[in-house]
Amino acid sequence: MSVLVNKNSKVIVQGFTGSEGTFHASQMIEYGTNVVGGVTPGKGGNMHLDRPVFNTVEEAVKKTDADVSIIFVPPAFAADAIMEAADAGIKVIVCITEGIPTRDMIATKAYIKKRDCILIGPNCPGVITPGEAKVGIMPGFVFKPGRVGIVSKSGTLTYEAADQIAKAGLGVSTAIGIGGDPIIGTPTREAVMMLMNDPETDAIVMIGEIGGNYEALAAEWIKENGTKPVVGFIAGQTAPAGRRMGHAGAIVGGKDDTAAAKMEIMRKCGITVAESPAEIGTAMAALLNASQA
Amino acid sequence: MNIHEYQAKEILQNYGVTVQTGIVANTPDEALEAAKQVQANSGQSWVVIKSQIHAGGRGKGTIIGSEQHGVALAKNLDQAKEIAKNLLGNTLVTIQTGPKGKVVNKILVAEDVYYPGASEPKEYYMSVLLDRQTSQNVIIYTTEGGMDIEEVAEHTPEKIYKEWIDPLTGLTGFQARKIAYNLGLEGQANKEMVKFVMALYSAYVGTDSDMFEINPVLKTSDDRILAVDAKVSLDENALYRHKDLAELRDESEEDPTEVEAKKSNLNYVKLDGNVGCMVNGAGLAMATMDIIKLSGGEPANFLDVGGTANAQTVEAGFRIILSDPNVKAILINVFGGIVRCDRVAQGVVDAYKNIGNIPVPIIVRLQGTNAEEAKKLIDESGLKVFSAIQLKEAAELVKQVLS
Repeated sequence: MSVLVNKNSKVIVQGFTGSEGTFHASQMIEYGTNVVGGVTPGKGGNMHLDRPVFNTVEEAVKKTDADVSIIFVPPAFAADAIMEAADAGIKVIVCITEGIPTRDMIATKAYIKKRDCILIGPNCPGVITPGEAKVGIMPGFVFKPGRVGIVSKSGTLTYEAADQIAKAGLGVSTAIGIGGDPIIGTPTREAVMMLMNDPETDAIVMIGEIGGNYEALAAEWIKENGTKPVVGFIAGQTAPAGRRMGHAGAIVGGKDDTAAAKMEIMRKCGITVAESPAEIGTAMAALLNASQA
Repeated sequence: MNIHEYQAKEILQNYGVTVQTGIVANTPDEALEAAKQVQANSGQSWVVIKSQIHAGGRGKGTIIGSEQHGVALAKNLDQAKEIAKNLLGNTLVTIQTGPKGKVVNKILVAEDVYYPGASEPKEYYMSVLLDRQTSQNVIIYTTEGGMDIEEVAEHTPEKIYKEWIDPLTGLTGFQARKIAYNLGLEGQANKEMVKFVMALYSAYVGTDSDMFEINPVLKTSDDRILAVDAKVSLDENALYRHKDLAELRDESEEDPTEVEAKKSNLNYVKLDGNVGCMVNGAGLAMATMDIIKLSGGEPANFLDVGGTANAQTVEAGFRIILSDPNVKAILINVFGGIVRCDRVAQGVVDAYKNIGNIPVPIIVRLQGTNAEEAKKLIDESGLKVFSAIQLKEAAELVKQVLS
């Protein structure tokens, strides 16, 4: 079953004919994702990568029955693209775009709240259910099918975790890259809840970073409702206060959003915290062995 | 992007927010002229001289090698010129600048707004920022003005009020009135505060700001409401639609290496440690800094080369890291997905040869697409480079080269 995307997902690509969209759409198709078409305003009626191009998401949904969209639209137009997908009835919207103005995202988040959809990202690597569907920009081969779910704010650190999980003889059910912006569609807690409720997920890796309180909210939820073992890691233990570390949301504002504070609250809530990012895979293997013994 | 107090106040005035006014000066003579002008405009003989640097705590901070505070009251023109002399060109150390401090290149000669009158002047605190948990903007305010808000939050959290703004309506009139009453204001001052808050919020939204902090907001002795200080941080992602605001960037306030790195499209933050690092991806870059610390070193920088780790970016990265004399070793950590590791390895080898003599050991950890080929390429290059595939191995190598 997994979460968000699987082999039955019908995926469209917004920003289909641009260079990013073209490159990653072909990678997704090669992976086996069911890409049914794409949207580029003004290019409707053409074929691209052997798939139909539409002018609007509404038309794409009508003609293809798409239920998932991935967005590679430049930052100035990406918030609009998210709302268009939500309005057209897309159920899972994955926004890869980095650099969307915060004001646009405040409006967008309020807009999609009233629609029946889930937004992943923006500024994220996307979602992958190994062996079934890749709706993102991650290197597919790193993710082996299995029963560990991953929730992460970071791209390459997700690949790192997936690789370590594979090296530990385990695999991934679904990996959700939630994104590193201050406003994201699906915060850590909501992503963890999906995996906690997924019968094909046995354990969860939760990767966070400095800034905000999403990890703390997830940890508190896990403490009350968690039924599966969780390994956590927070990047940025050495990050100085007040400096933005690459991601727009990765900034220590007060004492509660430091890596140390987040790790502490995660431990208190029963999460196994990996001190080093090199130990995520081994920590998960040890935890699963212990729970089976 | 941070801007200076005087720039922030200009923005606020454009939106109808009343501020403590002033004139910027670059030299003591300019300061003297400015002081005369401010005296004439305000009708007060006292003026306030305020250092313009991108850091808080200026009032309590002092100039290195003297007793001069970063913000000072001048009771006459001679004093104004004297204080300007003490500040300009000298280095101000505050609680936020770190021990190195920041050079004061500009001062703001501002009107004295604490003049006596019918009622006592009173200070408040107000900020506007994004509340990530609700994805809404929030106005945070308290009667405890002029103090560090984190301290107020710790000791008297009940004195802090918050007003969340519905993105559909923006700040409403009743919310602004609630704020004025919660601050205990009556009569004319209450009306002025309502106007102040409404204008402040429209300035925040209109400029696509990340954060406004007005500390203090002052009720003067004649019941006017003024922003005495203004800390404004603009959303960098929105600067494309505010060309005028983008021009307010003051590169002299930024680390020169960081400015240089930006030109090469590298995301670099200078730190104080001894091990440099170059990584693809922000999260992995932070995690790599953590690995350095756990291996007994201290990270010398954050450097995200992004999705395009090629020979040019690797070389630019090397040059930037090596410009820091504290760097005793460099760790390159790239997880190749779309980026092929052998290409990055070739980039490392080429950059190494181009730069010539790199005096510190380099550890290269390449994992992902073509990792084995990459390791072979590095190992056979004959360069003084240690290669690793697993993150653990890289951590061990960092330990080794530091001991």
